[in-house]
Amino acid sequence: MIPILEALQVRSSQGRQFVPDVRAANPVGFRGLPVIDMNPCADGCTACVDDCPTNAIRLTPFALDLGSCVFCDQCARVCPQQKVKFTGGYRMAARTRDGLVMKEGVATLSAVEASDRIRQMFGRSLKLRSVSAGGCNGCELEINATTNVNFDAGRYGIDIVASPRHADGLILSGPITVNMAAALELCYAGMPDPKFVIAVGSCAISGGVFEHSSVLDRSFLGRFTPELYVAGCPPHPLAIVNGLLDLIGHADGKW
Amino acid sequence: MVPRTVLLRANDEIETLNYSGFRDRLASHLADGRRVLSCFGTPQTEAPTGPPVLHAIVLGLTGLEQFCGRGTPGDEFPSLSALYPQMHCFEREIHEQFGLSFPGHPWLKPIRYEGRNLGRMDDYPFYQLAGKEVHEVGVGPIHAGVIEPGHFRFMCYGETVHHLEIQLGYQHRGVETLLTKTPPRKLPPLVESIAGDTAVPNVVAFCRAWESLCGVPTRPGVEAVRGIAIELERIAMHLVGVGGLATDVAFLPGSSTYGRLRTAIINLSMRLCGSRFGRSWFRPGELRYPFGPKEKDDVRATLQLVRRDLALINDLFGKSQSVRHRLETTGTVPTALARDIGMVGMAARASGLTCDLRNELPAGVYQQHAMPLVTEPAGDCQARAVVRLREMDESLSWLLRVIEDLPDVGADPPALLKPRANSTAVSFEEGWRGEVMHAIRTDAQGQIAHYKVQDPSLRNWFGLAQAVRDNAIYDFPICNKSFDLSYCGNDL
Repeated sequence: MIPILEALQVRSSQGRQFVPDVRAANPVGFRGLPVIDMNPCADGCTACVDDCPTNAIRLTPFALDLGSCVFCDQCARVCPQQKVKFTGGYRMAARTRDGLVMKEGVATLSAVEASDRIRQMFGRSLKLRSVSAGGCNGCELEINATTNVNFDAGRYGIDIVASPRHADGLILSGPITVNMAAALELCYAGMPDPKFVIAVGSCAISGGVFEHSSVLDRSFLGRFTPELYVAGCPPHPLAIVNGLLDLIGHADGKW
Repeated sequence: MVPRTVLLRANDEIETLNYSGFRDRLASHLADGRRVLSCFGTPQTEAPTGPPVLHAIVLGLTGLEQFCGRGTPGDEFPSLSALYPQMHCFEREIHEQFGLSFPGHPWLKPIRYEGRNLGRMDDYPFYQLAGKEVHEVGVGPIHAGVIEPGHFRFMCYGETVHHLEIQLGYQHRGVETLLTKTPPRKLPPLVESIAGDTAVPNVVAFCRAWESLCGVPTRPGVEAVRGIAIELERIAMHLVGVGGLATDVAFLPGSSTYGRLRTAIINLSMRLCGSRFGRSWFRPGELRYPFGPKEKDDVRATLQLVRRDLALINDLFGKSQSVRHRLETTGTVPTALARDIGMVGMAARASGLTCDLRNELPAGVYQQHAMPLVTEPAGDCQARAVVRLREMDESLSWLLRVIEDLPDVGADPPALLKPRANSTAVSFEEGWRGEVMHAIRTDAQGQIAHYKVQDPSLRNWFGLAQAVRDNAIYDFPICNKSFDLSYCGNDL
């Protein structure tokens, strides 16, 4: 075949890949947002707490912290009351750490409120610098996927840039190791004002499965409170894109 | 009862030599050309600060072999690295963890800045080249893309790289300490986070080790689904790698098409187990999500579509002059060098080595359905790309065969929480990068006394350093992507 025809054949096999409306996508099978039934727990039962690898669950009243949760499904499987059910929900971002706590009888997390300051400055163009500080490459692959042909955050003016000098936001993944703490700090210092931090994934938000490691230094987050937390282990690209669109006050996700 | 990829022994059954006998045994295996899969240290139970107990795992003629070396204070262990360079990383790791000095080792550089080296990232003994026009280029730990951190320093003359130093350790999360002290029921999510792009082989290696320690036989139906998950991950990550190479050489049809084909594969994993990375799919003794006729149809339909479109883009990629011009003869590691420095996995097969545990020690579903060995002789970036393309084809055909011949999964056995006391299980799995090892040693109470993990990247990073020698510095991104190594897998 003539080479150009082969190239066209590949192009035609590609079709249209982008998710037309990231607000209304349906990632079939995704184990995402857990909803918690109002059923009371069985008397004295602590099965879910005993098995949770990241101590994400509090009883009385029952609450599940998505900032620690690794979505391993264990609590749902050991609960005799079917109290926890993981759904396909991917809207799992919040402006505050407390905003990631899922309570009984609610269907969603509270909506992410847009920041006027961020909307004003970055509403139509948001450039992000990704820093992995102990990330296992799960979050990194999903952050990368936000700009691929499927999720295509570029269409909303959101891009990941190569240099801190070009960045408005630092997108942090990983639990922040002692060995990476200084480089993370340097990178943030190298970004021009105004700037802010976004924490992506359980490790960045809470330490995740590495919370009790003795070789972390999470003091960076004490000094620079994130403007946005995106939950997941790793978060689905739809969770990241939707959280970012909410933060910058993008009216809808249609294209 | 125990799969061939697992070695299970009572601790006092493992042949234990003194350091000098251990060294001689290791040297004779190396001289015979046997594959030394791992060599690591554990603290002595009775004297934790004394000389470590050394463990060697060798691939012998009939399967895995393990032997130990016990030292007494003051014992010397003359380095084997000068004679057998592949030992360099093992000796460096033992030195960093236990302070054993290995007289004669060419350079006991830190592996991952743990223990007494923690936080001393500014203290790396970079190799120096002298000369008026020699210059150094430092890159990282933070790189231009969305990628894990590591520092590269190139010693260049003009655009030619004479030497590359790779400084790792930024990702060190204390994995082995955490694995040793975490209650077994809570281990799997941690195991899946050792290297998130290799979640499945890690958790499968852990499950097999744990099942062996608990005396529970593996079930063919579960083994088949584990194999399916491992091969889906291999295809997905090979697509990431080849797509990245296509991006780096500005071959845009490859960049977008490999990218969206990967999405199709990982979304299939998501439909099968809820996670695009195969997380939580497997637990010891347990297949957590059903794999029945509906799932089988989904796998078949998805893979057939992927196979059709993959053939089109592979053809275009393979014929493109501009791609071949960048990849051929770039970043070459000749066969003899790859063998000498102990390269493993996909990168080693691209240098003509035949190491692939799916072939050398076929277990589980790989026993019923052989996986053809893929090698390429050239050892350059093109060879690593072609090995990955060919492995994807083989995995696709294999998967389509395996799903038509699935044994019944059966019911899950009761929870497995009572491992044998005073025993060691060493378990291997051939992931997409290469062989992953999990070694669990229990104490007299049946608690985990030591948990050792090894990612293939530990051995292959030095291969990348060798590959870029005498190459132009602008080809480094291609070389790096072609090896596609794990930072956190090395740093643990």
